[in-house]
Amino acid sequence: MTDKNALELKDLSVAYRVGRRNRAVLRNVNLTIKAGEAYGLVGESGCGKSTVALSVVRYLPRNGSITGGSIALDGQDVMKLDSEALRRARADSVSMVYQDPGKALNPSLRIGRQLTEIFELAGITGQAATDKATAMLNRVRISDPVSVMQRYPHQLSGGMQQRVAIAMALANDPSMLILDEPTTGLDATVEAEVLDLIGQLRRELSASILFISHNLAVVSNMCDRVGVLYAGMLVEEGSTKDVFNDPRHPYTVALLRCLPRGGQRKDQGRLDTIPGFLPGIGATIVGCAFADRCALATERCRAEPPPLYDLGDGRLSRCHYHDNAQSLPRATPADVPAAQPKQAPPVLQVEGLNKTYGSHGHPLRAVKDVSVSLRPGETLGLVGESGSGKTTFARLLLGLVAPDDGGSIELEGKKLAPRLASRSEDQVKAVQIVFQNPDSALNRSHSIRHILSRALKRLGGLSGRTLDTRLEELVRSVRLTDRHLAVKPRQLSGGLKQRVAIARAFAGDPRIVVCDEPTSALDVSVQAAILNLLADLQSRQDVSYIFISHDLGVVRYLSDKIAVLYLGRIMEFGPSEAVFSGPHHPYTEALLSAVPKLDRTESSRIRLDGEIPSAANPPTGCVFHTRCPRKIGAICETQEPQLTEAQPGHTIRCHIPYAELARLQAPKITAAEPA
Amino acid sequence: MSATDTPAGLPAPASPDTASRSPWGEMLHSLLRSGTFLTGLFILLFWVVCALFGQYFVPYDPLASDIINALTPPAADHWFGTDQLGRDVFSRVIVGSRDILTVAPLATILATIAGTALGLLIGYFRGIVDDIVSRVLEAFMAIPVVIIALLAIVALGTSKVTVIVVIGLSFAPIIARTVRSAVLAERELDYVAAAKLRHEGALHTMFVEILPNVIPPILVETTVRLGYAIFAVATLSFMGFGIQPPSPDWGLSISSNYGMIGGGFWWTVLFDALAIASLVIGVNLVADGVHGAFND
Repeated sequence: MTDKNALELKDLSVAYRVGRRNRAVLRNVNLTIKAGEAYGLVGESGCGKSTVALSVVRYLPRNGSITGGSIALDGQDVMKLDSEALRRARADSVSMVYQDPGKALNPSLRIGRQLTEIFELAGITGQAATDKATAMLNRVRISDPVSVMQRYPHQLSGGMQQRVAIAMALANDPSMLILDEPTTGLDATVEAEVLDLIGQLRRELSASILFISHNLAVVSNMCDRVGVLYAGMLVEEGSTKDVFNDPRHPYTVALLRCLPRGGQRKDQGRLDTIPGFLPGIGATIVGCAFADRCALATERCRAEPPPLYDLGDGRLSRCHYHDNAQSLPRATPADVPAAQPKQAPPVLQVEGLNKTYGSHGHPLRAVKDVSVSLRPGETLGLVGESGSGKTTFARLLLGLVAPDDGGSIELEGKKLAPRLASRSEDQVKAVQIVFQNPDSALNRSHSIRHILSRALKRLGGLSGRTLDTRLEELVRSVRLTDRHLAVKPRQLSGGLKQRVAIARAFAGDPRIVVCDEPTSALDVSVQAAILNLLADLQSRQDVSYIFISHDLGVVRYLSDKIAVLYLGRIMEFGPSEAVFSGPHHPYTEALLSAVPKLDRTESSRIRLDGEIPSAANPPTGCVFHTRCPRKIGAICETQEPQLTEAQPGHTIRCHIPYAELARLQAPKITAAEPA
Repeated sequence: MSATDTPAGLPAPASPDTASRSPWGEMLHSLLRSGTFLTGLFILLFWVVCALFGQYFVPYDPLASDIINALTPPAADHWFGTDQLGRDVFSRVIVGSRDILTVAPLATILATIAGTALGLLIGYFRGIVDDIVSRVLEAFMAIPVVIIALLAIVALGTSKVTVIVVIGLSFAPIIARTVRSAVLAERELDYVAAAKLRHEGALHTMFVEILPNVIPPILVETTVRLGYAIFAVATLSFMGFGIQPPSPDWGLSISSNYGMIGGGFWWTVLFDALAIASLVIGVNLVADGVHGAFND
């Protein structure tokens, strides 16, 4: 490492022009990244993280402008470059990797063409460029670069696309690599793979990295130093270990508390949340920007903007009371009503459910022979990579998709018709859903009042005065107020929209609510509030959830039972604690090991190679054998294992006997679960 | 990619109090700042005023013939000259906007209503309904309007109503196709699934849930169609199938005078032709503006 700074931002201020007014997005940001250093930038959406990245390469949208300060890349003032010099700087010294590789690659050019193009810019042509491109793909651990070069982006999986995007970013041997949420759209298993790659490349390359992510755990694993951005201001900075273990700004403290950690469960207390909202862009900030949401704030905080206090050891905090930051009281009381003993008969009983789609003459078995049961007030967590059949299973329950003949779904002992249209009104209102994306789930032309009233009318069978009374109760039960009723969905924030969607699902006193990734589009503080709300509603109304999420921490917090799906089959089913603490199916083991952990403990590093096989052509024998880290031999390839009961209520589909799994996984489990 | 849409994807307004304009308000705002739209609107409004009030301010009765002064070239007395019956061309051009501005918009409204209903139906049900209806619509679109008009006039006789029905029905399939493709995208959204999970009927889902969200493309297509409808009405009148004498309609006037261009009496045709052109251009500018405002 040298003393030279790869990137130096001095008092950088950026504004976006919206409605004829300049609105400040970044306010006097000072930030230095040393050569070879990995710097993480975290904060909730709207804090200005991406704006920092775009400013560095002067690539702001048309209405954005740098209103003050300076940016130095390798000691060179980016602001003073003319367009040709700026082009050279972008071509030679800085590269960016974006969130969605599918959009970053040109869909109509082969991978090889797109890669060689970069070398041609540098004056290398013909075979030499092809060779260099192949070498680049090798470098990002693509095992068959020659064939990948011949393919189009859509023929690659998301993880492969992101590797190619990283290869392209590294092609010019940049001194500065900007990664803007590089793994956000990827499955946990693929995310782990890409993060491993970035970690390895860091050791090989001299490039400095600016790593932007909303995921604190990812940043804690990847970066040396971290900066926390709030309302366009750097509020805390320091070494990753210090900031995450000993935060000195109430915002960082609160952010860390929002995450379900260390196997926390709903009956052990609610998650902490951050009250209030981020100041809108361009809002005038008098004192501390976080004062309105901070329980420690005093008159001084509201009047006097805190400077960035230097705490020594390279630690900075923009808080007057940085010594007390960790004494921030909880925003939500931790206590919860005691869990009910669940001895009631099952509310849901699914037996041998199958769904086959016809795909060009080949049957595609999206869900195969799934049986689960669920008691009132319980949550069934569905986990598995995308393509494992989670959403199809949920749609079968709802009746949006009709299952194959043979299986059965029973609700409170009564058989549910396969199709929604032939279910009775009572059955329809008993099974409802909270969709992943509230923008798609709420009709943008209707007011919140219309949306909820219609649900109460159709599902609750209410009208007139009783409807109005119930509407008020419903709105209050999801912690919304009357004034939210008059507006359209677009006028609400993501978290408020999701509350409306939850209220709609609860309009007819459902028995089962399917929650399909309900918090994946939300920031962590909002996620915590929504999870608390779901847990509260459950303990009050004894409703059961089918909870789908790729975030295992979230699933664990809310679930009583877990079903692990792979290619439409249940690989493991059992009580949440048994599934998480193990011994578990090798696939579950791999999923758990893929989750980035905030405390940086090196977990058992089981990585799944390649991608989930096509359900139209599943592997023979055990469908997981092609990727299984614990494959024992020919039997795995020829004979499909049965779901066998390992312990009462805990079943695993694996040829390896339970005792043997326990022996294999034992040492690693203690390392992976320091909780 | 969150990078480029940062300004649009800014923190959603935290509370309803800080909410910004509605989408319609935003659209109106951007329309009123669009030069294209305002120019088109100006031309269109000019002709609308002529159609509504032209008869009160024109210098001559557009129907009064004055054989002695027939075919006088443009001069101070008669700005645009007179035609073969000595009628004042200027007055006829101004008042001639009335019939076309009644027939064309009514035909477009008919096309929009029929096309929207049909498009919602086939887009929502898809499958066999879509296959059959779409093929029929395509076959229908393959027949030129003039042929349909001829057949209709033989069957129903010439009248403004015939013209409205003929143009309305021959434009409906085009609007139906636009609506269909918008509905196909819309029906995949989760709020449609949510409606199914309330056991809503198909009509409710189509007209209450989906329709409000496909209004923008319908509005764009309607304004574009209006331009074509004006052209179609003028064409039919020119061919004698449309508006009938003694109306001072532009297409009709051109048709009865164009034989005299050879004799040097250009003014009997030119001003009517310019009127048609300006109206079509005006409507197309409006359509462009509306399209731009919805697709910004």
